[in-house]
Amino acid sequence: MGKSDKAQALAEPKDPTITRVEEHTIEIVSDSGEGAQKAGQAYGAISARMGNGVWTVEIIPAEIKPPARSRAGASGIRVRVGSKPVTNMGDEADLVVALNEQVLYGRIAQKAYRKGTVVLLENRWADDPQEAIRVAYAEGLRHFREQGLVVHELALESACRKVTQDVAVGKNMFVLGMLCRICGRDPQKAREEIAAVFGKKSKDVVAKNHGLFDAGWRFAEEQIPLRFLIPPAPVTSRLCVMNGNQALGLGIMAAGMEMVAMYPITPATSASHYLAGVFGKVGGCVHQAEDEIAAIGFAIGASYAGKTACTITSGPGLALKTEFLGLAVMAEIPLVVVVVQRGGPSTGLPTKVEQGDLLAVLYGQPGDAPKIVIAAATIEECFHLPIAARRLAEAFRTPVIVLTDANLATGVAPVPRPEPQPDWLAPPLDLAAWDPAVPPYDWDERSGISPRPIPGQRGGEYVLTGLAHTKQSKVAYDPDSNQNGCAARSKKLAAFRGTLVPPTVEGDPDGDLLVVGWGSSLGAIREAVDRARGEGLRVSSLHVRFLSPLEPGLAAIFARFRQVMTVEINYSDEPDAPGVGPEYRRRAQLATLLRGETLVDVDCWSNVHGQPLRPGHIHAEIARRLGGGKH
Amino acid sequence: MFGLKDDWSYDMPERYFTLEDYEGGVARWCPGCGDLAVLTAVQKILRDAQQVPENTVCVSGIGCSSRFPHYMKTYGFHGLHGRPLPVACGVKSRRPELDVWVATGDGDCCSIGAGHWLHAIRYNMDMVVMLFDNNVYGLTKKQTSPTSPLGLKTNTHPQGAWLPPLDPLVAMLGFTNSSFVAQTVDWNPAHLQATLHAAWQHKGLGFVRILQRCPTYTDSVFEELQKDPSRLLLLTGAKQPALAAGVARIFVNQRDHDSLDLGAARSIASSAHERVPIGVLFQDESRPRYEDFTTVGLGMTPEQKLAALERELDRFAV
Repeated sequence: MGKSDKAQALAEPKDPTITRVEEHTIEIVSDSGEGAQKAGQAYGAISARMGNGVWTVEIIPAEIKPPARSRAGASGIRVRVGSKPVTNMGDEADLVVALNEQVLYGRIAQKAYRKGTVVLLENRWADDPQEAIRVAYAEGLRHFREQGLVVHELALESACRKVTQDVAVGKNMFVLGMLCRICGRDPQKAREEIAAVFGKKSKDVVAKNHGLFDAGWRFAEEQIPLRFLIPPAPVTSRLCVMNGNQALGLGIMAAGMEMVAMYPITPATSASHYLAGVFGKVGGCVHQAEDEIAAIGFAIGASYAGKTACTITSGPGLALKTEFLGLAVMAEIPLVVVVVQRGGPSTGLPTKVEQGDLLAVLYGQPGDAPKIVIAAATIEECFHLPIAARRLAEAFRTPVIVLTDANLATGVAPVPRPEPQPDWLAPPLDLAAWDPAVPPYDWDERSGISPRPIPGQRGGEYVLTGLAHTKQSKVAYDPDSNQNGCAARSKKLAAFRGTLVPPTVEGDPDGDLLVVGWGSSLGAIREAVDRARGEGLRVSSLHVRFLSPLEPGLAAIFARFRQVMTVEINYSDEPDAPGVGPEYRRRAQLATLLRGETLVDVDCWSNVHGQPLRPGHIHAEIARRLGGGKH
Repeated sequence: MFGLKDDWSYDMPERYFTLEDYEGGVARWCPGCGDLAVLTAVQKILRDAQQVPENTVCVSGIGCSSRFPHYMKTYGFHGLHGRPLPVACGVKSRRPELDVWVATGDGDCCSIGAGHWLHAIRYNMDMVVMLFDNNVYGLTKKQTSPTSPLGLKTNTHPQGAWLPPLDPLVAMLGFTNSSFVAQTVDWNPAHLQATLHAAWQHKGLGFVRILQRCPTYTDSVFEELQKDPSRLLLLTGAKQPALAAGVARIFVNQRDHDSLDLGAARSIASSAHERVPIGVLFQDESRPRYEDFTTVGLGMTPEQKLAALERELDRFAV
């Protein structure tokens, strides 16, 4: 059924029909503190329990308590549910529950909706004692309808009041019941989820929320003649529902790391929030340092003295950690640095996504500072990369940077439940005597790798220094030592690169266009490319996870495509912008890197709107480049 | 036979350490540098206590005095300018059994690292922090430091330092959770060693400001104190570093001081323009130590960790 049929169904309340869809995106938007996010998370979890693919993303205003009924204060959640796995937040929403008209304006400004998007709008503002509010509501209603939104006014609050006195707290479960009825969610699974969410509180609280859910369900049954079916797939494996920052925290625990030193910064901090609550259960400790510099210094001290430690940060924090990162490279200290990217430069867009720190982590230190850099593309990888990073840090005696971003940090999706393995955990400290004949930097001729003495090891005493040093870690006063040290550290990347395999090309191995991405845009890129391939366009995609050293075989893969283009969430000049041309154009970060490494004329398409990339937009760009195509 | 008991043995320790076992090569400080006296004092303290060298970690920042770890034959961490304290705290966080000494200068500690200084004091982790205060930046060749006396002519203030100096002791006695604040001078080896030893024995962060002569750039800033011991005020009392009578006699001005009395300590520190106090101004071992929090959970077995992780993953299961 087409989109317009939904509107028609709404217009015929006496004859509800069930619309079968492959995927469906809802939003709940409200003022801050109305519980929209909790309702949306539950809706996503219920869908995951049913076997649907789900991607949930929170809509977070910049302020903690923005003024009520303000456009910039729109708070809430988007949940995209599909019959197949869902890897991104999608394009425009199909259905929106809006608790006032102002927040809806806020989302319209974000281009969150299309013509035909159904809006279930709280209508109590129509009778508000304040004339200004009544007028604003009426204006909004007219405006939304002019824009093609299918608005259905509903007395949500008064209906909710029949069930509970405490509407402010209870409304969200009412809305959940409503949405579950409309979107064909399994009521039994919904009741289980509510019991799980409120299980820690009393039975009364669970019962009360079940009551609200039932009331919302009945309300939809009676008043909203709109029903969808999003057929789920059978659940065949154990799933966990989590966001990327929770996955990071779990991955850090599964890696056996025991010290995370951090300083509060958005959007990285929620990973530490999560860890702070549970890290002690695996014997770990979260250290909240006095600043970003101290956080990495503390982690480095802990690493130097024993087990590899971790520090988690975002852009401005990364900038402050630069000097210590250089020391970790120079002195070859195993360390895991997680960077949850946000918009930059400077304070930038604290809560919004960007993939803008790639070149900063690669080249942000003075001098040559080679280090391993890997980027998570999915929430599942947010779990697994800390485990890999800890091992790499120790095997290659180097800092390892794990890049994620705000999109992964706040996105919630079902992932296959990890099965922790004993060998993921860091081994216990080995303080056996060190052979004093072995210097502290016994650089292997071929790989540059050297074993590391740890305080407490008899015979291994050495003074770690950030100064250029010899194998003995003695301050270098001769011209060769710095050259030798730099070469040894650089060789480690070459040695590691030798263990990597060329990335997989999704789609045909040759064609007219290869779309190259990295990080959280994997899902949107694949979806766009699949759509374009379905239309007969000769496009494939490739996703890079190892950025330093860069994965091998790229030049050979690129040579099989007429055009190569990166799709990224960071800044690049438009090719036809004033002053910009083939001679001078500042390109997106991965494109810049790939051009240098492969000598292929890699193009890019990127923006810094602070939004996760939408498959529809990427698809349109692919179609434009390949001369039309149906879209 | 020979009248010895059957279980007789010659009770010789498996390892016996001499000063050499703590000496990491020839120090490259200028002749006459006060740092040399501090180095010797620390080596003697460790030798006297037969401290196992591989269990000691000397952490430093950047500056002349921060070369300290290089001249010790223990583990060492010569890191970044101003940042020895976060590193030292990190070292201690999961290895509380390690013996940690921090060498930092007046620029390193009181200027670029001042933020960490305040917080390391508050963390109060069990270590010794030696502030080598020569009132000047030496390694970068004579710039004004926060503790440079008013009017000191330097390369950044050729007409003389503009501002009165920061007093580290007054500052320290105002920081929350300070647990040990002492002052000593490099030119009295007995007092220097006794004070550092007291800091080393202290459970918590033992902070010692060492008035330290720089023969190259500030050869005269402590000249008066050195020549006229009456400018110094020797703190005495049961909890003060033990000094031989012959040493104590040099100091004509002495004051009996209860180092638990923070008010008296502040009053003494604030009167340094009259008489410069040496000894332990303040000591309180009842203050909380951060490692008591960071080490909870040490020694958990892999089986316990995996079981906890499984339970945690189950919380996310649907």
